[in-house]
Amino acid sequence: METLDIKGFPVETHIAGSGPPLLYLHAEQYFEQVRPYLDALAKKWRVIAPRHPGYGAAAGATDLRSVDDLAYLYLDLLDELKLDNVVLVGASFGGWIALEMCVRNHARLRKLVLVSSVGVKFSGREERDFADLFYMPDIESFPMLFADWRRYAPSYATMSSGQLEELARERHMFAHYGWRPYLHNPGLKRWLHRVDLPTLVLWGEADGFAKPSYGQSLVSALPAAELMVIRDAGHYPEIEQSEAVIRAIDAFVQR
Amino acid sequence: MKVWHFSELAYYPAWKELGAQLRNVVPSRLCEPEIAADLYHRGLDEWALCDELGLNIMVNEHHATATCIDSVSTISMAILARETKKARLLCLGMPIGNRFDAVRVAEEYSMLDVISRGRVEMGFVKGAPFEVTPANSNPADLMPRFWEAHDLILKAMTTHDGPFNWEGRYFQYRQVNVWPRPYQQPHPPVWLTVNSPESAQVGGERGYVIGSLNTGYVRTPAIYAAYRKGAASQGREATPDRFAYMAIVGVGSTREEGYRRADQILDYSRTALRVGAQFAFPPGYQSVAATAQALKWPGYGSGVPMRSIALRNGRQVDPNGASVEEFIDAGICFAGTPDMVVEQIKAFHGHVGGFGHLLMMGQGGHITHDDTVDNLTLFSKEVLPRLSELG
Repeated sequence: METLDIKGFPVETHIAGSGPPLLYLHAEQYFEQVRPYLDALAKKWRVIAPRHPGYGAAAGATDLRSVDDLAYLYLDLLDELKLDNVVLVGASFGGWIALEMCVRNHARLRKLVLVSSVGVKFSGREERDFADLFYMPDIESFPMLFADWRRYAPSYATMSSGQLEELARERHMFAHYGWRPYLHNPGLKRWLHRVDLPTLVLWGEADGFAKPSYGQSLVSALPAAELMVIRDAGHYPEIEQSEAVIRAIDAFVQR
Repeated sequence: MKVWHFSELAYYPAWKELGAQLRNVVPSRLCEPEIAADLYHRGLDEWALCDELGLNIMVNEHHATATCIDSVSTISMAILARETKKARLLCLGMPIGNRFDAVRVAEEYSMLDVISRGRVEMGFVKGAPFEVTPANSNPADLMPRFWEAHDLILKAMTTHDGPFNWEGRYFQYRQVNVWPRPYQQPHPPVWLTVNSPESAQVGGERGYVIGSLNTGYVRTPAIYAAYRKGAASQGREATPDRFAYMAIVGVGSTREEGYRRADQILDYSRTALRVGAQFAFPPGYQSVAATAQALKWPGYGSGVPMRSIALRNGRQVDPNGASVEEFIDAGICFAGTPDMVVEQIKAFHGHVGGFGHLLMMGQGGHITHDDTVDNLTLFSKEVLPRLSELG
């Protein structure tokens, strides 16, 4: 991890590998479990994976209140690093940030990959697009988040206090950015036509938190998107089916 | 010493049916309006009685729960403002970080203060963790929102020169102009609830009255010490009238009668924490370290609630199985004959370094109306006069 200075704001960033640039925006939680996937990606790509402000050990997020702020921060990051032809990969919450970036400016981007992205409200006011993760005990939420939760869900009993604090901080920041409206921007759907770059939407077949049908709605609402369903994966396919996700990204970009 | 009678107005008839979850997920079909009406009138009668007995009155609010149907505290305050003449009326309190219209809170408190002719004591509370759920209030920034609401409410109650502008981080109004202005000048006394030395210290820095609720022998001394430290840091003396302590009180003409009453009221303590872990630990409500600690507790992942009370020897006891003696040992309950209750209060008072307000939970759980009336009456006649020597 290194700390980049983005227009005066410190951003803790994992940078690894060489090759064409890939900006990876992480999900709301389980960053530690995604590290092997980032290492595997780094074999072909120059992976740039910032920790969202407030996550990790870097400065807090007191003056960054919303996903809009994160979108501008990462557009600044692309400018600051002078990156072009970037493949942008956003996972879940990171997918929402990626969409907010693209409706503003995707001039530095080549292609977009959304992995189980949240951020857009499709259902009616009395339905939820995403299960209410804050109000479910783990015993209910883990089977929604993972195809094989016994293998992949965190096991608190075996974790160090540092690792537990990392998880706790992730949950705090998840609430900070995503509590209300819950994991979406009510105005975003209106502007999705601006995301007019080739887009791959990846979805875990067993995702019970944001169902594959939500991925289909997203594909229909985007100008140039296609859906690919990953088998034996829940909401975090990078964790459960890391190789399949990387293969899908490689094939999509090379096309 | 001032004594305040408090009840949560529990809807206890549904407890048995509900089992482990008494909060947030409880369907309201289990609330029979006729029974609820009886409970409201009964509770209001008991509060009104305090006016004759020389006791003061405390109300609070909780939401979406069978443990407390006083869900809008200012409604019961309003009724009592009119029904009583002498008692001071404490709302402890208003969860101002969970209320999205802070100016409306200033209006409610001001109007109550005027109708009661200056008898309002104005509590501002963070609210229990499970209260963010019915309010859909973001727990990750609850305290900054709380303090902005506090600043705005006090400014709204003390500005008398026409509209002012407020464009803060959480609240935006361009024309704040509250009518009526409060009866007490500059504003009714402010109370906070505290549950840790950290929050008590902030109370001391600001000179407000702090209410420490059922924190017992083990936890209360550090909380009061932190208040004194905070007060001293601002050059302020922490007089006893700045400290309030809440306990369950059961008085009887015999030890057995006092214990029985306390035991029935203690059903409050046995049920108050029947809430799923996912509601008890909303992200950001506690510190990162506290949340990390909670993840390790057995039962967290399955949503099974955890609870315990600390005895003086440090042993933790499950309140569900705890006896009246154990609650007395913990400093959560004062019970028995008037003599016993006076001695227990004096001992606790000495242990924590003194307090000027006893928040007496004289009704709760399954205690009947007649027993409650007798409990309050006996307390006011036989215990209250003997507490005056405590200051």
